Amino acid sequence: MTGTTKVRRVGNAKPPTRASKLLQNRWAGIAGLLIALLAPFVNASGYALSVMTSAAIFVMLAAGLNIVVGYCGLLDLGYVAFFAVGAYTSGVLSTRLDLPLLVTVPAVIVVTVIAGIIIGAPTLRLRSDYLAIVTLGFGEIIRITANNLDVTGGPSGIYGIPHLTDSPVVFYYVTVVVVSLAVLGAARLGRSRLGRAWRFVREDEDAAEAMGVHTYRVKLAAYIAGAVWGGLAGVLFAAQLSAISPTSFTFLQSALVLMAVVLGGMGSIPGVVIGAVVISILPEILRDLADYRFFIFGVLLIAVMILRPQGLWPARSKEVS
Amino acid sequence: MSLLSVEDLRLSFGGLLAIDGLTFSVGEAEIVSVIGPNGAGKTSAFNCVTGFYRPTSGRITLRGKDLPGLRPSAIAGLGVARTFQNLRLFGELSVLDNVRAGSHLWLKQSVFDALLHTPRYRRSERECTEQAHHWLDFVGLSGDRYSEARNLPYGEQRLTEIARALARRPDLLLLDEPAAGLNHGEKAEMLDLIRRIQALGVAIVLIEHDMGLVMEVSERVVVLNFGKEIADGRPEDVRRNPAVIEAYLGSDAHA
Amino acid sequence: MTQLVWNGLFVGSFYALVALGYSMVYGIIKLLNFAHGDLYMLGAFVGFAILGAVGGVSSSMALPLLLVVLLATMVLTGLAGVALERVAYRPLRRAPRLSLLITAVGASFALEYGMRAAAGADPRVYPVRLGGTSVEVLGARLTLQQLVLVGVAVVLMIGLNLLITRTREGRAMRAIALDPRTSSLMGIDVNAVISRTFFIGSALAGAAGVMAGAYYGKIDFLMGFLIGLKAFTAAVIGGIGNIPGTMLGGLLLGLLESFGTFWLGGEWRDVFAFGVLILFLTVRPTGLLGERVTERV
Repeated sequence: MTGTTKVRRVGNAKPPTRASKLLQNRWAGIAGLLIALLAPFVNASGYALSVMTSAAIFVMLAAGLNIVVGYCGLLDLGYVAFFAVGAYTSGVLSTRLDLPLLVTVPAVIVVTVIAGIIIGAPTLRLRSDYLAIVTLGFGEIIRITANNLDVTGGPSGIYGIPHLTDSPVVFYYVTVVVVSLAVLGAARLGRSRLGRAWRFVREDEDAAEAMGVHTYRVKLAAYIAGAVWGGLAGVLFAAQLSAISPTSFTFLQSALVLMAVVLGGMGSIPGVVIGAVVISILPEILRDLADYRFFIFGVLLIAVMILRPQGLWPARSKEVS
Repeated sequence: MSLLSVEDLRLSFGGLLAIDGLTFSVGEAEIVSVIGPNGAGKTSAFNCVTGFYRPTSGRITLRGKDLPGLRPSAIAGLGVARTFQNLRLFGELSVLDNVRAGSHLWLKQSVFDALLHTPRYRRSERECTEQAHHWLDFVGLSGDRYSEARNLPYGEQRLTEIARALARRPDLLLLDEPAAGLNHGEKAEMLDLIRRIQALGVAIVLIEHDMGLVMEVSERVVVLNFGKEIADGRPEDVRRNPAVIEAYLGSDAHA
Repeated sequence: MTQLVWNGLFVGSFYALVALGYSMVYGIIKLLNFAHGDLYMLGAFVGFAILGAVGGVSSSMALPLLLVVLLATMVLTGLAGVALERVAYRPLRRAPRLSLLITAVGASFALEYGMRAAAGADPRVYPVRLGGTSVEVLGARLTLQQLVLVGVAVVLMIGLNLLITRTREGRAMRAIALDPRTSSLMGIDVNAVISRTFFIGSALAGAAGVMAGAYYGKIDFLMGFLIGLKAFTAAVIGGIGNIPGTMLGGLLLGLLESFGTFWLGGEWRDVFAFGVLILFLTVRPTGLLGERVTERV
């Protein structure tokens, strides 16, 4: 069909606030990065650095899960499985084969892609709610397997993983750079052809399919992207702690990442980053409430879904344009 | 050779025969209407052609290629686009993004282009947006293109859905009750739009209850009743066909 | 061999009891009540609290007392389930499925960690334990307490099946499962029926919780997590939404686990169970007795 008929232009063709919106998002990103970069000048105690590094890693996890849940609308309750796969792959390779941590990164990417396919391929044909429980089951399978195998060190896990650098400050900055790139990458994927396809699937799978979107493949791509993000966050995690064990990869961790994504606003990059920072820093500030914090998180999840399902900093339809 | 050919199509849900032997064909740039009372199996036939249902038996071919068994997305890739009876827009996305879904398959852009924002990425995104505007202009959508699709008035949602389908640049367009719920003026515009789409060289299969529109625009009309095909011919012949009149007006024998 | 079968059936009857609530709720409002396993946990703690309030009992009186506590717990857990639906799920009945699922995860969290805040993180020891004499049947050792518990489970399941197939209430439930809007047009009070469904499902989970507490002797705030997953697995194996199928699925999962543990070792038991779940969902997502549905566009 030849689509070059001359037609009269009607309606407003210019987005009213597009430039300002873009600027706003970019400024929000730069401001966030600046805060992260300047934070050590305010407080560079070992404790503060470890909390901030953990928060940055958590941001990366949230950005990855956001691809799956926020963009594509697939509820993954076992996201921590990919975190674990990444951490264990780099941990096992670096301690057993004496490889520098950086060298394990390509292997981590390959293994997490495979993990994403293994978990996604059989389950992505299912209804969305079945998917939720199956991913939860997979998360448990990975954790229990790590707990039972010899190569992963059983219940005591792996220790003596080489640090990337000896200075906690330098490691913090490395983490911030990696996480920023990951967040930027996720945002760019979201604005790409693939990212649009994810949203089409989230909005209406049948209509997407009718428009020529191979929905199964697109969902698998979301899964794989999420897996790689999670796995790379796992490498950072292993490098930070230099010891990992199955207790770091429970359902609780998956639920917390989900909470960060939901609280901030599914599909919204600034929202998800803020959500992740809040979820990871808040408990450190509110130590006295430690006993109640997960209870409060649970209640908060319900309240957000009922009162403000778009989250604190919602994604705009315009943001996609 | 005709563009689309449906031969002896049958579809059953459990014991219920939704389509019982439907045969028709559509030539290039031809407009064929499928009419019949509610529940006659019209939409089911659409779903068979577009791959959402797998026919129980019969053949469906597009330019000689068998369609059943292909994914709906694969059939869409062969040049078939459709609209849905109950509007299936991507409600939370902007009007423009909805239409971009149509140009989606034509985009030449890889994941790496997107991650690195290569010139190819920028170019393809720009083209995609221009295309979307072009088709929104073509259908004559005057409302805000950056607002969420679900906030548009009903008639404009219909137009958006058609623009989205056109952006696929199909050879065959299936329209499922495009005039339903439109007022008199909007119906006249729809009639004009259908003709302009045909003028682009697109063949159209139309499901429609508005007989005025059907008789005006169609080159041929296929009539279904309880899943059975009871007539296939030029509008003026079908209009006079006793079996059609009986199906529409009912008779004591069937009542 | 017979021992493995008996162990499997015993554990399976627990799974079935919990799975029924899952299945009923899913059947009627198509919601995976993620917090269902936590209602089982709640039941165990409610029973624990009641027993604590009653004080010490001689072991001869343990069984009748336990039955009374069981009934009281069922009522209380049932009401908790109703409250959960009213507060968390009802406002979202028309919302996208994703919102509802996330809410259910939140509810599960709130119940688990609410209980942790109330009762502490450490396991509690049940004040009553059924000491039992064991009998040998066909080479399998089974204790009197096991027999009683399985007996109670069977009675509850038969009762439920009668309720659903024979009564007005059951007919209303089945009608809503098919088409809520038409049901309400036909004069069925949809909200009331959904509430009662939650009541029954939660009561069964609560009963299972008390029984588990009395049998295993220890309870903790996370005890519902794993059994919730297992119960879902059981429901899927049998055909979710299908009551006899769910019972069958529970028993089958118990048997599979019992044999799987024997072959692979106890540490792989849960992996095996989830493996079965994934296999079933891939090969036959409608379960053994579920109907095949053509999804309409």
